[in-house]
Amino acid sequence: MTKNYIELLTDASQKNIDEWLARYPYEKRRSALLPALHVAQDQNGGYLTDNLLQAVADYIDVPKIYAYEAATFYSMFELKPVGRNKVYVCNSVCCMLRGSDDIIEQLKAKLNINLGETTPDGKITLKEVECLAACGGAPAMMVNKTYHENLTSEKIDEILQGLE
Amino acid sequence: MIEIEIDGKKFQVEPGKMIIEVADDAGIRIPRFCYHKKLSIAANCRMCLIEVEKAPKPLPACATPVSDGMVVHTHSARALDAQRSVMEFLLINHPLDCPICDQGGECELQDVAVGYGKDVSRYTEGKRSVKDKDIGSLVATDMTRCIHCTRCVRFGDEVLGVPQLGTIGRGGKTEIATYVEQSLDSVMSGNIIDLCPVGALTSKPFRFQARSWEMEQETNYSPHDCVGSNLHIQQRRQKVLRVAPKENEAINETWLSDRDRFSYLGLLHEDRLAEPLIKQNGEWKTVDWQFALNVAAEGIRKLIDAQGGQKIGAIISPNATTEEMYLLQKMMRALGSQNIDHRTRVTDVSDQKHIGAFPGMGFSIASIEEQSSILLIGSHVTHEQPIIGHRIRKAALQGSSIFAINLENYQFPFDLSDKLIVKPSALVWHLASVAKVLLTKQTNPDSELMAFLADLHVSEEANAFADKLMQFDKGCIFLGEIAQNHPQASAIRYFAELIGKMTNAQVGTLTTGANAAGAWLAGAVPHRSAAQKSVASPGLSAKQMFDAKLPAYLLFNIEPEYDCTHAQTAINALKDASLVVVMTPYVTEAIKEYADVILPIVPFTETSGTYVNVEGKWQHFSGTVKPFGEARPGWKVLRVLSNLLDLENFEFESSLDVLNTLKDSVDGILGGHHNALELPSKMNLPHEGLERITQWPIYRTDNLVRRAYALQENIVNTIPQIYVNNALAKKLACAEGDLIVVSQGQASVTLPLAINDALVDDGVYIPAGFQETATLNELFSPVTIVRS
Repeated sequence: MTKNYIELLTDASQKNIDEWLARYPYEKRRSALLPALHVAQDQNGGYLTDNLLQAVADYIDVPKIYAYEAATFYSMFELKPVGRNKVYVCNSVCCMLRGSDDIIEQLKAKLNINLGETTPDGKITLKEVECLAACGGAPAMMVNKTYHENLTSEKIDEILQGLE
Repeated sequence: MIEIEIDGKKFQVEPGKMIIEVADDAGIRIPRFCYHKKLSIAANCRMCLIEVEKAPKPLPACATPVSDGMVVHTHSARALDAQRSVMEFLLINHPLDCPICDQGGECELQDVAVGYGKDVSRYTEGKRSVKDKDIGSLVATDMTRCIHCTRCVRFGDEVLGVPQLGTIGRGGKTEIATYVEQSLDSVMSGNIIDLCPVGALTSKPFRFQARSWEMEQETNYSPHDCVGSNLHIQQRRQKVLRVAPKENEAINETWLSDRDRFSYLGLLHEDRLAEPLIKQNGEWKTVDWQFALNVAAEGIRKLIDAQGGQKIGAIISPNATTEEMYLLQKMMRALGSQNIDHRTRVTDVSDQKHIGAFPGMGFSIASIEEQSSILLIGSHVTHEQPIIGHRIRKAALQGSSIFAINLENYQFPFDLSDKLIVKPSALVWHLASVAKVLLTKQTNPDSELMAFLADLHVSEEANAFADKLMQFDKGCIFLGEIAQNHPQASAIRYFAELIGKMTNAQVGTLTTGANAAGAWLAGAVPHRSAAQKSVASPGLSAKQMFDAKLPAYLLFNIEPEYDCTHAQTAINALKDASLVVVMTPYVTEAIKEYADVILPIVPFTETSGTYVNVEGKWQHFSGTVKPFGEARPGWKVLRVLSNLLDLENFEFESSLDVLNTLKDSVDGILGGHHNALELPSKMNLPHEGLERITQWPIYRTDNLVRRAYALQENIVNTIPQIYVNNALAKKLACAEGDLIVVSQGQASVTLPLAINDALVDDGVYIPAGFQETATLNELFSPVTIVRS
């Protein structure tokens, strides 16, 4: 018997996805996949599970491989448990030229973790990502859903202190 | 038309074409990996970069549309430089393991690398390796070799309509994979073996068997369904090692169903019989042909002397060649019997005299794509004729409306505009209701018909369904396996024709087996001899022959316990008969229980012959390999047997002789039409309660497929269980896997319960083609279920 994965999505999530689905014609519903995966990820403490991917695919009515492809392609989707806050540092060309390597080193030292790891208290996950499309404000990083640009050592301390 | 120039030659081409298409048509070779004419354009391998004058950089030929005055160089220094660079990139990670790679010798990457690759790589870094995936019994994977052309992914998306493979990850970590590791659940998945330009996806059963240059190939035709897909049979030292599609745009395009591709695995099954066998005093003895044929002829002669020729019945497989059909019916008729039939699964033949030259399609397979509406009646078309299913999918993608009246809501790779899912006994009822709605909308409805249908209550569903059917423009109606095997098949045909007439749709019958059309034309039916000559008093149909308990049977290439409707009646009749001559490539204990003489004949690869497909296309083939052991082609066996019986006009030298005798008289005859079908005598009310539904699962349809191990192990293969929907399981208080007993009349079977929620309420699907279910007789009839 096939399991009903859709039940894994909360009512609020389903409503939210419905709003996204309404923006695309039915045959282009695959386009709602990205926002829907965000909704599912937010509902689940910042990461996706196999069953949630299936739930989103079933809900949008696309093959589950589509959800899997999108979730593995984009770095903003996490497939393993993460900390309460996600710190994504850009290390593409512009940011690198403007000193993102130093910023990454500072963050690693400060948090005492490596890239891709989470602090033992579950507060922060640190990740290096490709271009955040904020080259004008390089070096840049994204903390949860907020962009921080023209980063300096002091600014970073301040940002980290502000995290719950 | 616009003019473009490629490599100094000028071409008039249609605007909108891609450069690579023009070059391919003109025979100018541009290297490529991701481009495939049957798939969408991805332009991700970059191998087809070419130089276009006035363009600032090399352009991909597969994704660059032609424009007027365009000057293209495919082999200029700039183009070659670009192609060499791409090749160098592709080889960064591709392993150089050609000597142990199954694709070696027929590898597009290998070929292109010989032309464009450097002998030494500039990259010294380690190559990446990717874990292999287990995607089932048919396709072997070596994912380290993958170059991410995504042909297999696009094939799943676009051709199958069942996307299962995808690109996972990004950049240098990209992999082709399924969602969580799973088997490909498709009846055409083998095509990704041909599509893969490298050795990442290869044939699992063929793995490490041979190199492509060691084999020779012959053209042949599919012996399993009525499509007649064109095949290349590849053999080495008289052993068939592989089957590949032969391109034929009018029939199978470049595709092949898995059944056609992998059934060859059953050719040399251990059941193959090498020498004739006869039963003497209850013991089986191996004898020579002369002796065995004499025993058979003697037996037949004695029986005719004692009881007359009409006491013999002959049943031939619908997969036999036209020549075999012709000779067997000629022999039977010369012996004085009209009892010859190939319709092993059909129950109702009451309207046989009204069927045109042969049941089939009066239109071409390719034209299915152009039908604006298609109605399927009792058809699981994607499993019965995968290639027709694919054509219907193409029609649907182009905007056609597809309708279905079925017993199960099958998962088709196309959307249905509307469907009626009904019980077996309600099938005719629903067709009649739809016809009635359509009738009432006619300006001048037939009064006799209206009176006949007057009492018929039309459900709301049927009403809505008929309304949508009214929008049929240029359409067709297909009768599938269930429609043909149904106990009221003639009524189904009648109403299908009636609906067709009122909606301007042609009715096509998707017949069982590879050569039903050939059987009709050759006269392997009880009411007509070769070339459609009606016989004065028709003989018995296959089912009637077994019901009649004749004293003698000739069986040709069938296993009644698996192949026939009313299997138990058939087995009982055979056991009681005084003479049973079985001509078969395979011998089993079951056959030995009822046979008296067993003559080893050969499967399609070892004989010459002709198949006539559902459109009426004649396809003649020669034998690819020598017969196994002392087995002989069926047509030769029938000819010699006829000679031994002193029958006249059996001096055929070759199968072509036989073919020519027949073909002259029937050439060009089209089938697929029904002549003035008669109104059914009465309408039966649908039964209350549970009813059996029976189909032959895709890999249980004939003696060859049933012995192809890779297909038997495939996830698509049905296992013998009792399938019901959730509601019925709940009502019975049974869970999946519970042993249950299904009884039908005196007979019963005990099998595990399985849930298939697509089934109609109160429908109990019990697949045929299995030992476990052969004790049940009726394909569609009331049953009772209790927990074991």
